[in-house]
Amino acid sequence: MTATNLQITGLCKRYGDFVALAPTDLDVAQGEFLTLLGPSGSGKTTLLSLIAGLARPDDGCIRLNGADVTYGAPYERDMGMVFQNYALFPHMTVAENIAFPLQMRKVGAASARKRVQEALEMVHLPHVAGRYPRELSGGQQQRIALARCIVYRPSIILMDEPLGALDKKLRDHMQIEIKRLHRDLGATVIYVTHDQEEAMTMSDRICLMNAGEIAQLGAPADLYFRPKSVFVADFLGESNLLDAVVTARDGGEVRVSMHGADMGRAMIYDPQVKAGANVKLMLRPQNVRIDAAGHDAAQAGARIPATLTDIMVTGGMTKLYLKSTAAKAEPLVVAFPTNRLGARYEIGQTLQLSWAQADAVAIAQ
Amino acid sequence: MKLSSDTAPAKPRLYPRNGKNIAMAAPIVILLLVFLVYPVGQLLTLSIHNKTGFTLVEYKRLFASSVYVEVLLITLKISLLTTFFSVLIGYPVALLISKLTGKRKNRVLYWVLLSFWTSFLVRTFAWMILLERHGVINWALMHLGLIDQPLNLLYSLPAVLIGMVHSLMPLAILTMLSVMENIDQRLPSAASTLGARPGTVFWRVYFPLSLPGVASAALMVFVTAIGFFITPTLLGGRHDTMITQLIIDQVMQSLNWGFAGAISVLLLVVVLAVFVIYDRLIGLSTMAGGSAGATAARGNRHASRKLGEWTLAWLGNLTDLALRFLPGSRKHAAQGGGLPLRLVALVVVVFLSAPAFLMIPLSFDSVPGLAWPPHGVSPQWYQQVVDSPLWMSAIVRSMVVGVGTGVLSMLIGTPAAFLLVRGGLRGNAAILAFILAPIIVPRMILAVGLFYFFAKIGLVGSSLGLVLGHTVVAVPYVVITMMAVLRNYDIRLDFAAQSMGARPFTTLRRVTFPILGAGLLSAFLFAFATSFDDLTIALFSSGGVSTTLPKQFWDTVTQELSPVIAAVSTGLFLFIFILISVADRLRRRSLAS
Repeated sequence: MTATNLQITGLCKRYGDFVALAPTDLDVAQGEFLTLLGPSGSGKTTLLSLIAGLARPDDGCIRLNGADVTYGAPYERDMGMVFQNYALFPHMTVAENIAFPLQMRKVGAASARKRVQEALEMVHLPHVAGRYPRELSGGQQQRIALARCIVYRPSIILMDEPLGALDKKLRDHMQIEIKRLHRDLGATVIYVTHDQEEAMTMSDRICLMNAGEIAQLGAPADLYFRPKSVFVADFLGESNLLDAVVTARDGGEVRVSMHGADMGRAMIYDPQVKAGANVKLMLRPQNVRIDAAGHDAAQAGARIPATLTDIMVTGGMTKLYLKSTAAKAEPLVVAFPTNRLGARYEIGQTLQLSWAQADAVAIAQ
Repeated sequence: MKLSSDTAPAKPRLYPRNGKNIAMAAPIVILLLVFLVYPVGQLLTLSIHNKTGFTLVEYKRLFASSVYVEVLLITLKISLLTTFFSVLIGYPVALLISKLTGKRKNRVLYWVLLSFWTSFLVRTFAWMILLERHGVINWALMHLGLIDQPLNLLYSLPAVLIGMVHSLMPLAILTMLSVMENIDQRLPSAASTLGARPGTVFWRVYFPLSLPGVASAALMVFVTAIGFFITPTLLGGRHDTMITQLIIDQVMQSLNWGFAGAISVLLLVVVLAVFVIYDRLIGLSTMAGGSAGATAARGNRHASRKLGEWTLAWLGNLTDLALRFLPGSRKHAAQGGGLPLRLVALVVVVFLSAPAFLMIPLSFDSVPGLAWPPHGVSPQWYQQVVDSPLWMSAIVRSMVVGVGTGVLSMLIGTPAAFLLVRGGLRGNAAILAFILAPIIVPRMILAVGLFYFFAKIGLVGSSLGLVLGHTVVAVPYVVITMMAVLRNYDIRLDFAAQSMGARPFTTLRRVTFPILGAGLLSAFLFAFATSFDDLTIALFSSGGVSTTLPKQFWDTVTQELSPVIAAVSTGLFLFIFILISVADRLRRRSLAS
């Protein structure tokens, strides 16, 4: 059991009538990498600002290592923050930027110089100490912002969409760098992003937010495979969400039907759902199988016919867009690794779709 | 800014023909050569040339008498003090405005703009009747029992300083504000998450970033102050004479062109020296909106830099210590602009606005004398203005000349602005410096030079002469405003219209002008106001039947303190008030669409 580093209880923030953050509870463990994920306006940046002390909550409590810091000034919290556009001081050199937090902590000049150099080495930029921020590329500025943050070893590092301004390749590279620093330093990281892929690759846990509330909190795989709501299923990765009705429930499984036709069993994670309830049946595109024509498998399970409307090769994956003829012409997506066999499909063709019972998840509506 | 720098290199291809470039540049170049370079050059020549040929006799005379050297020293002293107080007191106001948002920002900014646009004459006159023996200040001090006899506040150095600071502080505020608005507001937040207390945040991060604004405000205020004559003439005593007053005396009373030229050279040398020193220390590029960081990099001289840093760190710690003793609930403490800042700003805004409002009741007084408090309500002074053919023709003349200047400046300045923004010329900076010369050259020198030139070609006392003279000083403002407008304009909209089949003229009429409308109007108003407000050129080049409103105002106010002037001032104040409101509404509407 690791120690709790940050404990948030009942924290909320309103701007006039607009609820930026509904009362929220959140515990972050020592050394954890937690991502606040959500669309814009979901409250993730508000939550981060409240934790950093840049905004004042209307109610609730923030405890850092057991101490109440709810209304404490930012400079009294032992936190580091990496800003969206880096917020490097343009009138100071790189070395002066990194030395700034050390000076605020009255670290001696000699020791500060040594630690600045160490921090620069950690971000692989030991040679830029004398330059000004504007003389660096975006990726380099990003690393300096990281170095300025880690140099004083804050117990929590907050990052507000730190990679938002970088291009895709640099972003992938910096993701690996940030993960490495997180491992090496053992610091707690709270990371804000609206990029679900970034959240999936980097986080120990994801706190998915929507409309000022936590939609779901858990490990990336939890959110991906066991979404609690349609919003979560839709936001994280692509998914087919089909209207269905629960006909029977048996512990963690339900039997569902679509438009009267039995669709076999599906997993259920919501204890509230009972027989007769309307649900969405979630099928991830890569989990839907296309049965070879004439292959009339006797295996149990559902099968729906669908007409192929579009084919897209997106690099490593090929996506087929279909309209199910059974399920009220609902659009469907099927994905599989791109191979030469993809060429055999033709638009207008009718295909038989099926899936493994364990890959189907029923979500309460 | 980013957009313009990204697209700038691609622009030269848009207007490939040289002939077109020359046609666009020619009007402004000819205007400035004929009505700025030639007359000023001639005046300067007159100082070293008389009937017998080359001579330095005027300069010998200038430095032989201690009187003139003393006037120069007084001018420098008054200008430096004015600069110091304008910047020092203006700083907190600019800081507050830069931190406010939305309606509250507009409200504070409005008062500063109103003061900025109100004529120096009106504002100085307001101080005259405020500081008078029977003025409101003496009245208040007597009623508070602080004094028994009214004090002689008028015609003293403090009166001159108050008047000049009042006149020039809006300029300082607006100049500093333009830099402060561009400071990334996340930088102070970043500093505080890094552990810096509020005082340290201000002195180590915010203040150094705002320094280029402080420097350019100081420069602008100083070069304006050094050419002032209205305030020292009306509020100062015999020992507060400034250098431009000497020039006026030489021209008006002794018609000594050579000596006036020599004083002009002295004034010009001082102004140019200030610009050179500024460029050496700070860099003129910051004036054109160069980044704050660039400035800091230049100052990379180790000893002075370290000393500066040490001072700022010390100031930061001191402020933090002082703040620790201030009581205040943590939970409700305001971020950023605290109560002390608001109070200072409020006092300054009242200082800027009150004189004009205290003047208004006296313009309705039923008895002459301008003594506080007013004795009754009567429209008689307004009636006198309306009945006076002198005042009415002056008003008409000023309107005609103002509109003429507005139209001519737009016709000449707009093509130049197009060329500078979109032409992609080499040597843009040099051309811009030439176009801005009328602002840098003290207006008094230009006015005397034009007087001499106009006298020879028979333009003295004509509206045409005034329009030409005013256009010279108004055109730089038109070019600057139009350049800002054009920079913000997305040229891809033109391309989009053309890709849909619009021909160049249709594109201009249907897309470019409707979007630029508000910008065009504000450039026109700028030119109109410059002309409407000008006294310096009109002082010499208008007269008799062609008197403009400021000239008529000046001629009257230098002879007697009359309630008629208060009525005219109130009218002028209202006129500016309405003009700003209309311009503001138009600007907002164009932003909303």
